[in-house]
Amino acid sequence: MNFDKELDARGLNCPLPILRAKKALAEIPSGQVLKILSTDPGSVKDFAAFAKQTGNELLSTAEAGGDFTFFMKKK
Amino acid sequence: MDTKKMAIIATKGTLDWAYPPFILASTAAALGYETQIFFTFYGLQLVRKDTSGLKVSPLGNPGMPMKMPFGPKWFKDINWNMPNAIQAIIPGYENVATSLMKMTIANNGVATIPDLRGLCQEADVKFIACQMTVELFGFQHSDFIDGMEYGGAATFFEFAGETDICLFI
Repeated sequence: MNFDKELDARGLNCPLPILRAKKALAEIPSGQVLKILSTDPGSVKDFAAFAKQTGNELLSTAEAGGDFTFFMKKK
Repeated sequence: MDTKKMAIIATKGTLDWAYPPFILASTAAALGYETQIFFTFYGLQLVRKDTSGLKVSPLGNPGMPMKMPFGPKWFKDINWNMPNAIQAIIPGYENVATSLMKMTIANNGVATIPDLRGLCQEADVKFIACQMTVELFGFQHSDFIDGMEYGGAATFFEFAGETDICLFI
């Protein structure tokens, strides 16, 4: 998937992946896509909840070997 | 849509209890909540310039596993269950437990308290210290980080009365 900015939040634990994602989203214009990498298993539900509450769109969630990848489109 | 609001009263002054108010407040701010924390009694410890006084003790705390943050896996898995009476007479026990906990926190990619506190301030979480307890415990305003406001219960209610979420921690 195409993306405009990447955030590596691997090794970080709650609530840092969300806080870093919020910051990264603030740095891109509306409509652009942020790719987020995380190793926190809690971040799967957290990013879905974050998207629902902030209006940013979670385009996809994927897991491979303990790494989670999210694509989020800025509102 | 109206901005959602959250208020927290932080009353505990130990390293473990320092986490919930700052984690919830920083996350609420990231979700777009207008957020305030009211620090009172021992919670004042969380907003001192010097956070080295924040400690954690397994003494009298049966919920806290005592595990070592280093060594091979079998060693890390041991729970060092020590009777309270023994914990109580070892000098510096609390300091050792605190530094082991800080090591565990770092190993798990969990933020430090000064970091989380800074993230809250960056996200415009408002910090209010209870003036009555500031005086009660003999603190000066200069003991606390910049950006604090000082007020009493009525100040808290002015904001808390309009919140969607209100927590006592």
